[in-house]
Amino acid sequence: MLNSKIPAGPLENKWKNYKATCKLVNPANKRKMEIIVVGTGLAGASAAASLGELGYKVKAYCFQDSPRRAHSIAAQGGINAAKNYQNDGDSVFRLFYDTIKGGDYRSREGNVYRLAEVSASIIDQCVAQGVPFAREYGGLLSNRSFGGTQVQRTFYAAGQTGQQLLIGAYQALERQVALGNVTMYSRHEMLDLVTIDGKARGIICRNLITGELERHFGHAVLLCSGGYGNVFYLSTNAMGCNVTAAWKAHKKGAYFGNPCFTQIHPTCIPVTGDHQSKLTLMSESLRNDGRIWVPKKQGDSRKAKDIPEDERDYYLERRYPAFGNLVPRDVASRAAKERCDAGYGVGSSRQAVFLDYAAAIERYGKIEAGKQAMDHADHDTIVKMGKDVVKEKYGNLFDMYEKITGENPYEVPMRIYPAVHYTMGGLWVNYELMTNIPGLYCLGEANFSDHGANRLGASALMQGLADGYFVIPYTIGNYLADEIRTAAIPTDHPAFAETENKVKDRINSLMNIKGNRSVESFHKRLGKIMWDKCGMARNAQGLKEAVEEIRALKNEFWSDVKIPGGINELNPELDKANRVADFIELGELMCLDALDRNESCGGHFREEFQTEEGEALRQDDKYMFVSAWEYKGDNKWDLHKEELNYEVVKPSQRSYK
Amino acid sequence: MEHYTMNLTLKVWRQKNKNDRGGFITYKVKDISSEMSFLEMFDVLNERLIEESEEPIAFDHDCREGICGMCSMYINGRPHGPWEGTTTCQLHMRAFKDGDTIVVEPWRANSFPVIKDLIVDRTSFDRIIQAGGFISVNTGNAVDGNSIPIEKAKADDSFAAAACIGCGACVAACKNSSAMLFVSAKVSHLALLPQGEPEKKTRVLNMIAQMDKEGFGGCTNTGACEAVCPKEISLDNIARLNQEFIGASVKTGK
Amino acid sequence: MSVRALFLCPNLQISSTTMTWKHIFTSSIGKKLVMGLSGLFLITFLIIHAGVNACIWAFDHGEMFNKAAHFMGSTVVVRIIEIGLFAGFFVHIIQGYVLEVQNRSTRKIGYEVKMGNKGSKWYSRSMGLLGTLILLFLILHIYHFWTPSRLGGLWNIKPLQPVSYEGGKEIHNLYAEMIAVFSDNLLVVVIYILGCISLAFHLLHGFQSAFRTLGLHNQKFVPLVKGTGAAFAIIVSVVFALMPISIYLKWVD
Ligand SMILES: Cc1cc2nc3c(=O)[nH]c(=O)nc-3n(C[C@H](O)[C@H](O)[C@H](O)COP(=O)(O)OP(=O)(O)OC[C@H]3O[C@@H](n4cnc5c(N)ncnc54)[C@H](O)[C@@H]3O)c2cc1C
Ligand code: SF4
Ligand code: FES
Repeated sequence: MLNSKIPAGPLENKWKNYKATCKLVNPANKRKMEIIVVGTGLAGASAAASLGELGYKVKAYCFQDSPRRAHSIAAQGGINAAKNYQNDGDSVFRLFYDTIKGGDYRSREGNVYRLAEVSASIIDQCVAQGVPFAREYGGLLSNRSFGGTQVQRTFYAAGQTGQQLLIGAYQALERQVALGNVTMYSRHEMLDLVTIDGKARGIICRNLITGELERHFGHAVLLCSGGYGNVFYLSTNAMGCNVTAAWKAHKKGAYFGNPCFTQIHPTCIPVTGDHQSKLTLMSESLRNDGRIWVPKKQGDSRKAKDIPEDERDYYLERRYPAFGNLVPRDVASRAAKERCDAGYGVGSSRQAVFLDYAAAIERYGKIEAGKQAMDHADHDTIVKMGKDVVKEKYGNLFDMYEKITGENPYEVPMRIYPAVHYTMGGLWVNYELMTNIPGLYCLGEANFSDHGANRLGASALMQGLADGYFVIPYTIGNYLADEIRTAAIPTDHPAFAETENKVKDRINSLMNIKGNRSVESFHKRLGKIMWDKCGMARNAQGLKEAVEEIRALKNEFWSDVKIPGGINELNPELDKANRVADFIELGELMCLDALDRNESCGGHFREEFQTEEGEALRQDDKYMFVSAWEYKGDNKWDLHKEELNYEVVKPSQRSYK
Repeated sequence: MEHYTMNLTLKVWRQKNKNDRGGFITYKVKDISSEMSFLEMFDVLNERLIEESEEPIAFDHDCREGICGMCSMYINGRPHGPWEGTTTCQLHMRAFKDGDTIVVEPWRANSFPVIKDLIVDRTSFDRIIQAGGFISVNTGNAVDGNSIPIEKAKADDSFAAAACIGCGACVAACKNSSAMLFVSAKVSHLALLPQGEPEKKTRVLNMIAQMDKEGFGGCTNTGACEAVCPKEISLDNIARLNQEFIGASVKTGK
Repeated sequence: MSVRALFLCPNLQISSTTMTWKHIFTSSIGKKLVMGLSGLFLITFLIIHAGVNACIWAFDHGEMFNKAAHFMGSTVVVRIIEIGLFAGFFVHIIQGYVLEVQNRSTRKIGYEVKMGNKGSKWYSRSMGLLGTLILLFLILHIYHFWTPSRLGGLWNIKPLQPVSYEGGKEIHNLYAEMIAVFSDNLLVVVIYILGCISLAFHLLHGFQSAFRTLGLHNQKFVPLVKGTGAAFAIIVSVVFALMPISIYLKWVD
């Protein structure tokens, strides 16, 4: 049985008590303890900076040329915090409750409560660092609302919240680098985990410029390597996002939690053709003001403006009057897919719905006119003023849309379609964020996380920073306190040599295949299998097929992939091959997990399990657990279950009607 | 939007590694859709090169959303290509027409040495930030976010400066390879906020000292940086930087 | 900060206490500050010089002009300021060349396709060239007028003719010298005009750039300074250019 190490006691006291009783490492000993942090996104940068501040010797790694470029930079919409600055009834409990419910009752109460508790400190910390959050005219912080909630608790910096938060964490990190507490290794990719006597003790990584393999020791290893949405090839993730670090740890014994829980984001720019290399998100915040619709007539090919109001189907408002366009992501995505599958899609591919700002522009225009006492402003003036307001709020998103599509979203409704966006699954961790390998921690999107089967908008940034700034600094001490007698292990230890040799062998065998197909072509094929059969809707039949197809693809990859260039040089194709090889194996596990979970919950929608109205149907009696998979060799996994006990919240069917 | 396809001639800088002399190689690409992004056009070319057992062209990129600052191509005599306020990854092929010749070069500056093909080393930017581009506040020390009210206009200006993505196009465009726009964006971002006040002076002095040490040139206010900056960071920030620097020098000089 | 941290990160050593004048003026911003300040100083000189020049249009056969010119060389104060002026030129020129060389050396390998005018004005990129043209013109100009008026009689330098108005003290007839230089020497006139054009473009960028260097970023004042700069550049250069033209075309006698 898996022990999640959730402290006993009432929900509100768990974290307090933990902090008050966990073991500490004294300052003199901290200086002797080395910590490896893989990844410098929000989770990694905040962890590395905070641990550096505490006096640990930290080594941080990222594959980009600078820690400032981690994928977190792309987050647009905002970050949640239970500040209740808006006086609209928010509280730690409500944020906790919304997150549990939004996650469709597949997350731990203890973790989520802690997340909600520290959320307020995150905002304070970021403000102190100089993160320029949006402000009201009175000089105080501004909030917006996000999907799945009825309060305004989302803090934001235009459509660049992730960027501003990451820059804040990055600056804190660079400060520690300057002070000599953190050593930064950029353009380095972790390719394996080194364990000694069952404990995580270091990593093998490749210097991406020279191709050299390097050994690095740490008393503890933190994986903050982000999500694996790119297993679908097309996703909103940055091109480099990968599962390699987590997957290598998994193959070394770390359990993989809920791998099939994937979030499909409802508002992304649709695919235009085979050349498509990635998908672009249009922030969820757009659903605040935009209205989503399709024509009432199937196959209607009129232009949006030629379709009169009464021939439009605002299907989210129709189906979910209480939350309307602000239903959670999984619900909104499935609803879009349902309409398109039923033949109501728009655009040349018919795989898109409209996100329309006309009404919002007019509404804001009227408010502006009211403010300026222009009671008789004509329609054009109102529209003009409305556009200015919308520009101020969402300008950069609209610009981005126009650059990509060549259409002006102030004039014509945007076309959007769901796309893979986030992975709730990841390495299984306990309350202390430690995997089942002692000394190996996992933070941020890379862990199986606090979001259950579906993440609410603006909660990933919150979780990444909670993990890095406020959780790990306490929980790691609890482990390292018992490690103070362990001197730094020299990297000529046989375990390092052995692991490095394995990595070397794998690289050599990849390079020696000298087949006919590019890495990219395999990645595309894997993505198609995953999207078609393990995507927004899944069924047993499809999943079984997918497992077979992926196994075949794996064989083909290992016999026919073609990687140009050499080993001892900068070789992006080799980097990609390493990652795709791991994605292929992960894809198989995701399908197995999806197949195993005979229920629908959150982002995991099994067609066999739905209500008459097409809503997800959970099987709480059978699947109220976290699936933690243990790797047992090629194509073999054992399932461990962590029961989820709801002591405070009563699981019910999620309703947003 | 009408879509079309085009055939193009690409002249791309190829350089095996730091020490290689490098040179231009010409490629013809066919049937490029106007809906592709510029980097997707490179993907197509690279796939073909792999098929022909040639080494694909190495270039930096990651988010492909115009925010990470990784992509960095000097296209037809302009960093990030012809569109204003746009990164290379957000440049789309409808900016070009059938038969065009496109010359693609890496960022050029001594402080940005070429690593391979179109990839350059921009770690000098990180070192400039290390010199002072931060607010020294340890985790857990913060007061309530709303206890520091900030004038909206100032917060907005600070945000506009903080929008810099550290791409280095400003350096690539500047005839002096000056990093002043980048440095000024960071100095402005922090100097405009009350939180940045206590370290205002040392920050600007140390960052400039580091910038000089990295071998970037001085600013002569030509404005080329502002014109190519994908985040449209204003030249006003450089003036503010000057002001901060002069103020700090006068107040802290012996 | 620990000693170790200082050692690891030498760039943190410039703490507030070690920021000396040398540090300030050898930094990139300090250097351009020198350019900006000396430039502004020279601009004030231009105003005075243009004012004196304008006296030729008093149509009094150069009386007002000669008196003004005499004043510019008569008192100790003015003489001292003149030394300052030379120092200003010297600093501006030397620093300008130093910066030009340093800035040019920051990009050892250039671009195949130059950016050219995409994003900046040619004259803002050509301050070194324009400055050089102005310098050449300046040398000629000094040779023509300053040398005979200040050093005339020394060594082999021909002194200026004397003139006296209403029985007053004898002063130099610089006006007559001017007529002599410009009256029928087209080449000199053309060189002077080219010098003035260079000056106009040099000022067009230099004027507002100096203010920017001093830290002007207020959105209310930036357009004002830019506008003033443009007007100044044009007016001053035109006033200067009109002098040889007026004489050559015999608008004044
Ligand atoms: C387009 C988009 C918009 C989003 N908007 C929001 C939003 O508005 N609000 C919200 O809350 N969330 C949002 N999210 C989700 C959120 O951004 C991410 O979940 C979060 O930033 C992940 O942070 P992270 O630190 O865990 O990982 P990342 O930021 O992905 O960082 C991963 C780090 O690991 C490094 N790395 C990975 N593998 C290796 C390896 N093998 N070796 C060395 N280094 C490695 C990388 O270099 C990188 O530094 C958005 C996501 C996307 C895609
Ligand atoms: S100032 Fe602009 S051009 Fe320069 S690094 Fe920042 S974003 Fe890029
Ligand atoms: S790839 Fe991130 S900005 Fe272009």
